[in-house]
Amino acid sequence: MSGGMPPRSSMPGAGDGASGEWEVVIGLEIHVQLSTNTKMFCSCPVTFGEEPNTMVCPVCLGHPGTLPVANERAVEYATRIALALGCRIAEHTVFHRKNYFYPDLPKSYQISQFDLPLGLGGRLDVELDDGSLFPVGVTRVHMEEDAGKLVHAGGATGRIHGADYSLVDFNRGGTPLVEVVSEPDMRTPEQARAYLTQLKGLLEHLGVSDVNMEEGSLRCDANVSVRRPGAPLGVKTELKNMNSFRYVQRGLEAEIERQISALEDGETIVQATVHFDPVTGSITTLRSKEEAHDYRYFPEPDLVPIEIDEAYVERVRASVPELPAARRQRFVADYGLPAGDAGILAANRPLGDYFERVAELSGDARLSANWVTGDLSAHLNSTGVGVHESAVTPEALAGLLALLGDGTLSSKLAKDVFQVMLETGRDARAIVDERGLGQISDVVELEGIIAAIVEANPGPTEEFRQGREKVLSFFVGQVMKQTKGQANPKLLNELLRKHLAG
Amino acid sequence: MEVFSLTARACRDLLGSGEASATELVDLYLDQVERVDDRVGAFLLVDREGALAQAAAVDAKPRAERLPWEGVPIALKDLLCVEGMETTCASRILKGYRPPYDATVVAKLRAAGLVLLGKLNMDEFAMGSSTENSSVQLTHNPWDLERVPGGSSGGSAACVAAAEAPWSLGSDTGGSIRQPASLCGVVGMKPTYGAVSRYGLIAFASSLDQIGPLTRDVSDAAALLDIIAGKDPMDSTSVGLPAPIALPTRTDLTGLRFGVIREFLGEACEPGVRRVFDGAVAAIHAAGGVCDELQLPSVEKGLAAYYIIAPAEASSNLARFDGVRFGHRSEGASDLIDMYSRTRSEGFGEEVKRRIMIGTYVLSSGYYDAYYTQAQKTRTLIADDFRRAFGQVDYLISPTSPTVAFRIGERTQDPLAMYLSDLCTIPANLAGLPAISIPAGLSDGLPVGLQIVGPHFSEQGLLEAAYAVEQGLGLSDLPPIAEAAR
Amino acid sequence: MISREEVEHIARLSRLRFEEDELERLQHGLSAILDYVKTLGELDLDGLEPTAHAVDLKNVLRADEPGVCLSQAAAVANGPVVEAGQFVVPRIG
Ligand SMILES: [Mg+2]
Ligand SMILES: [Zn+2]
Repeated sequence: MSGGMPPRSSMPGAGDGASGEWEVVIGLEIHVQLSTNTKMFCSCPVTFGEEPNTMVCPVCLGHPGTLPVANERAVEYATRIALALGCRIAEHTVFHRKNYFYPDLPKSYQISQFDLPLGLGGRLDVELDDGSLFPVGVTRVHMEEDAGKLVHAGGATGRIHGADYSLVDFNRGGTPLVEVVSEPDMRTPEQARAYLTQLKGLLEHLGVSDVNMEEGSLRCDANVSVRRPGAPLGVKTELKNMNSFRYVQRGLEAEIERQISALEDGETIVQATVHFDPVTGSITTLRSKEEAHDYRYFPEPDLVPIEIDEAYVERVRASVPELPAARRQRFVADYGLPAGDAGILAANRPLGDYFERVAELSGDARLSANWVTGDLSAHLNSTGVGVHESAVTPEALAGLLALLGDGTLSSKLAKDVFQVMLETGRDARAIVDERGLGQISDVVELEGIIAAIVEANPGPTEEFRQGREKVLSFFVGQVMKQTKGQANPKLLNELLRKHLAG
Repeated sequence: MEVFSLTARACRDLLGSGEASATELVDLYLDQVERVDDRVGAFLLVDREGALAQAAAVDAKPRAERLPWEGVPIALKDLLCVEGMETTCASRILKGYRPPYDATVVAKLRAAGLVLLGKLNMDEFAMGSSTENSSVQLTHNPWDLERVPGGSSGGSAACVAAAEAPWSLGSDTGGSIRQPASLCGVVGMKPTYGAVSRYGLIAFASSLDQIGPLTRDVSDAAALLDIIAGKDPMDSTSVGLPAPIALPTRTDLTGLRFGVIREFLGEACEPGVRRVFDGAVAAIHAAGGVCDELQLPSVEKGLAAYYIIAPAEASSNLARFDGVRFGHRSEGASDLIDMYSRTRSEGFGEEVKRRIMIGTYVLSSGYYDAYYTQAQKTRTLIADDFRRAFGQVDYLISPTSPTVAFRIGERTQDPLAMYLSDLCTIPANLAGLPAISIPAGLSDGLPVGLQIVGPHFSEQGLLEAAYAVEQGLGLSDLPPIAEAAR
Repeated sequence: MISREEVEHIARLSRLRFEEDELERLQHGLSAILDYVKTLGELDLDGLEPTAHAVDLKNVLRADEPGVCLSQAAAVANGPVVEAGQFVVPRIG
């Protein structure tokens, strides 16, 4: 299921200890908050940043007597994610209770999935910076509910340890989560980061989550162990709650280093939850003294099974937009785009859609790709505007490309017109007409101008006729000066040679 | 007007004819509570003001605009959430808890215009068969104040028997409606699992709990079931009933076959109970019904399966009582885990703690398959046995309880002996079947109940059959305490 | 017979605390009950599916439409210790 041994990429330091080579084994558990309207098991809105305990009801506060009812859209989104990761969708899926006491867990159990998860056995093909692909197996995709939020008060640090007491806000409690558990297929922190980055892009593409790590809508736990190559798996530790891509990588690097040096010092690794402090760069071990968890999973008796038939799967599959990897390949194959452009356009769904529309209207895919990844993207990036809000619609850009194609505009002029289009939202033809910007491609008109200039400059004319090619640029400059740069350069070149030749 | 003889239907008729106002009815019952409840101990909370206000609102309405049951009083087992009204499950851990919402059945009662008299005693979190596990008070059997009313809906049964309310609601996880109904000489019905919404019923064991009526007669049970039943979008496990329940009218049992469950007539069954049960069988014959003994070998294992499944679910359901969001919190804890353990140890009574421990144990790593999976498979076996039986007979009958009401304190030292009280009632919960207990007669002056079990969602037929048996038995005994109020 | 250590372990998992004499009694009480329920082992249950619900239901789902929330005051009204609209819990670590 996990696609074999991924290629080792070199990472100085982390994989090699003083006593020789170590192999690193990393698996990630990603929690994704779904962007549904309401919570997983009650009808409270899913929100962020509201006043504490205002987005709650008896159900998500775990009041006695209340019962959960599953959110149909959350199931659909979870199915979408599972399908996009190539998972097999379970025909029969069941919620379980995961029992443990913690103040942010109102019922003292989390409704989650256990041995009958929604999706099993998928794969994500991760592209590394050098363009190589490596497959990461997806063990399972399951649904669950989020916990509330704890704020630690008093004490010096504002952190859990040393706090005098804590405050609990249940606004987030009950938000639908999808947990994506990978196989331990990653061998370096960069691979882990690349997997996470691409999973994030995929989720964004699916439109099922805000995927904002800072706001916690995407959360990452990593299981990491080291071993001698070929040896059985080492004891793993779990790095919890890293809230940025950079910290995931740095945290993993720090923990790998800690494990290797501990092992080389003859110590043993204890299975534990560890925390990475991005400020000090150090690892601390949490909960090592607490007894091992026994979650006492059993089927949630307040919910009934979900049975998913082929028709449902097909319906959801149809709603899954084309995935970035497939799209990139199609852009290369069907449009003949360079891999770089295809990658950019495929990674961003709205931008890719925009490009396809322009390509269709203009009939010139490569030119369309140039403009969309070039001038348009530059503008969008500098202004922070989304492509769907761009003042230049695909129709308008196609109109500009048509003027470029029929020689009305030079590349240089087209760029200028494009700027005006961005500023005014008007179409290219109107701007060209109004400002008289059309390229002069009229032979008669150009010949008149050329004739006058040649006549007024007998010296240079003579020089050209004696073979000094360079003089040609003098005449081009003169014509351009007179036509305010609007002369069709190709035509001008042709006509000038004809005239100068006498 | 004599309160002891009033059924809910009689109350309805008095209101309908204008012979009594809703306020007069409430006064009548509140007076009876005043008169007898210091001896019976059924009520944990009497909402005098609320009930009188509700009654006044009914009286202010023209009679023609009232709903059929509007103005009829009712009392509730104290595990049904009523918005703003203290709801404790007779536990210290929920002392002072005022739910922010109404249970669906409570909303239905309000919609039907019933007047809430108050909350009734029970075994703490419905764990028990005698109401002795209440952390608040004892409830006494109105037929003999030295004896238990049964449980866990002991307050619900005793208050109807003592005429402190015309009817009440209880909950039944392993017999908690039927067994006290049997011991107190009233009618108690557990509907098919899913017929009545559990939303707002403070859970004991989610896959077994059902809310049901405790009434003076079968006709009232049908009426109350009709008010509370229905599919509820707040309860994923609710189904409702295939059709509204009509008041039963059948008096003739011709063409109906009853299976007598042989396993429930063994040595655990008291001779006096057996005698009354045989009388009920004779009454069924006399009404034209056919009774045949049959065997359901698996039901004897019901008790064991139940004492795995129910505590397992309970250990999880009761984990939310942690001193954070509601209920009791222990003072002076040094840290979180200390607060949890102190709060729960102070807040829960002995039996509740025992069941949490059993439930935690059977779910814990390494034991799950040996206990929980086995119990769930036993459940399948029992359900299959019932299905086969209903291929041969229309209904199954047995004594509701193997014994009459026992003396207070008699079984408190022996949990297993106490658990045996529910031997005959538990299998219907495991299989999700509807079952009713109706008074079948007295043994040495103490009531004996007849249990009739039907197939899933056969409530209407079950009530018709029970009604016919009730008519055939023609009982009219009342407990002395109700008589004394005359 | 369930061991004393097991009783203590289960008590910790359950967040319950017992006095010495209670632990002693529990050990015997739980053992008696567990011995009794173990009699299920006598049944031949091979090939039977476990039943979680007596009534067969599936796919009970709710439309993703927002409902009414409690006010903050109502949400924390039952809280034993409350500060700034939030529930207070003692030191965790
Ligand atoms: Mg999880
Ligand atoms: Zn809610």
